[in-house]
Amino acid sequence: MLQQAFNGLVGGSFYALLALGLAVIFGMLGVVNLAHGAFYMLGAFGAFIALDAFGLNFWVALVLVPLLLGVAGAVLERLFVRRLTPLDPLYNFLFTFGLALILQDLVRREYGVNSQPYPRPPELAGTVDLGLFTYPAYQVFVLAVSALMCVAVWVVLTRTRVGMIVRAATERPELTRALGIDVGRWVTPVFGFGIALAAFAGVLAAPMRAVNPLMGADLIITVFAVVVIGGLGSVFGSVAAGFAVGLVSALGNLYVPALSQITVFILMAAVLLWRPAGLFGREEAYR
Amino acid sequence: MILSRLARSGRGGIVLLVLGLLAALVLPWLIYPPVALDIACWALFAAAVDLLLGFTGLLSFGHAAFWGGSAYCTGLIVLHGGMPFPVAIIGGALFAALLALPIGLLSVRLTGIYFAMVTLAFAQMIYFVANQWRDVTGGENGLQGIPREFLGLDLSDPFFFYYAGLPFVLAGLFAAWRIVRSPFGRVLVSIRDNPARARALGYPVERYRLLAFVLSAALAGTAGGVFAIGHGFAALDGLYWTTSGQVVMMVILGGIGTLWGGAIGAAIVVQLQDFLATAGFEGVGIVTGSIFIVIVLLFRRGIWGTARHLLISRRQADPPVSPAAGAAEEPVESPEPAPAPASPHPAGD
Repeated sequence: MLQQAFNGLVGGSFYALLALGLAVIFGMLGVVNLAHGAFYMLGAFGAFIALDAFGLNFWVALVLVPLLLGVAGAVLERLFVRRLTPLDPLYNFLFTFGLALILQDLVRREYGVNSQPYPRPPELAGTVDLGLFTYPAYQVFVLAVSALMCVAVWVVLTRTRVGMIVRAATERPELTRALGIDVGRWVTPVFGFGIALAAFAGVLAAPMRAVNPLMGADLIITVFAVVVIGGLGSVFGSVAAGFAVGLVSALGNLYVPALSQITVFILMAAVLLWRPAGLFGREEAYR
Repeated sequence: MILSRLARSGRGGIVLLVLGLLAALVLPWLIYPPVALDIACWALFAAAVDLLLGFTGLLSFGHAAFWGGSAYCTGLIVLHGGMPFPVAIIGGALFAALLALPIGLLSVRLTGIYFAMVTLAFAQMIYFVANQWRDVTGGENGLQGIPREFLGLDLSDPFFFYYAGLPFVLAGLFAAWRIVRSPFGRVLVSIRDNPARARALGYPVERYRLLAFVLSAALAGTAGGVFAIGHGFAALDGLYWTTSGQVVMMVILGGIGTLWGGAIGAAIVVQLQDFLATAGFEGVGIVTGSIFIVIVLLFRRGIWGTARHLLISRRQADPPVSPAAGAAEEPVESPEPAPAPASPHPAGD
């Protein structure tokens, strides 16, 4: 039971990281990034390629791959996303859908649909005694580092000047601009950062999940449901919902295994019924 | 009655209608019959999605649930119920409408991008259910070997089945056209253009949206049912979110808010995919994804939309014929869809 709860939290940390990236991007640009799952997949493949072709270990990949993909995301924003942001947000949604198809099939063409092996980093190969039960060290690391990442982003958003600008631009873009802050300057880095978060989650996933071209495709829709539960545009809500959904799904899996994949959608339906704006969303955010 | 209505909307309408019907009738002579049937099914599917996107201002990214769900239901009715396929297709369409009721009830509370996300998520739920409920759906294998015999007639030849399936598609397209032209359809358009005003005028906006959603699902279900019978199977990937995306792409390629444009989009996409598959090209997604991006970036009016735009601007150069008729004929003045809640975050340049 406790162990299952722990599994849930580990699974939830991936939801949280991905939902956080989505929320940050949505907040700043008003873009729902359907290609987020594809970037998560690219992150895992990046780790695999780094090891396979360049002999770079997990730790290097954990820093390098998100950095590179973050830059790629920033370029993407400059070249394409920017052209569509003044239009109906649906166009960017569709743009990123096309992008996801392309990225997925490019990787599939190159590596096939079979999963690529990726070893655990040797430093984290063993298990950790958590008092009540022992647990694989790597999973503990994933949970810790994800939680740390979410807290770090939270601190940056709430305690620093950059975060203040981003939050202000998220809530009242015109007013922020009127106060003499160059909002446009922050759009590209924030988009890149959101993508980097997805890639970071992907690298983390490589040693414990199957690395294949479709690994992000299913996950991203579940993360959408998580974001709807937390309240789209609410950074805190997305992270909290990520961990909570992971926990609830895992416990649900314990009692009703048949529903394991569906729990999150049932939760979403319940939240929509009760609070259409999401648990932490503001009413005005969706009207 | 139909003809008189058409006549009122100008002679061009009749000519186009006749041309369209002719094209639908000779299609299996021109191209490989199974591909022709695919085009017909996707054309109806696209019209169903356009009913929502182009005329109600809601982008559903979860219509795979109705297309695929109906495919399974249709297949089950034939396989286990032993019913003739027309009954099964109608059953599938009803099932799709039934499925759309709870999904729509929850989703229409949101609009714009939120609506797209939520419908996408619900469709994915249906996908997971179908994937896990192996006893009924066959899991990853799907339903196979759905027979298509009717009153002793063997319709296993795709050429003949095309003509057995076509009436359903045409009936569905006709229904979509009637809905759009009805007073109900006018209310939908007004909701699309200005939900606040429609609400102020006393229209229950959510209820209209829900009804449009259910009707659209029923049409998508009809298309999915014909597709399932035509192929003899119902597959899991019909429920996957890429199916929802593909149909939206056809609608945009043809032109949002044009209803018939989707048929053109369907013809192009299906043909292209067939061509790529025959050529042995792996990674169809690279091509379709690229097309999608190009359309979204550069060609948002779509084919039919562009043609109509050219036509309208030419007609407006001439002395006006009859402003009232003109206004009634063109339901969509703006080529952009869903003037949805203007993004609260314009790109900050």
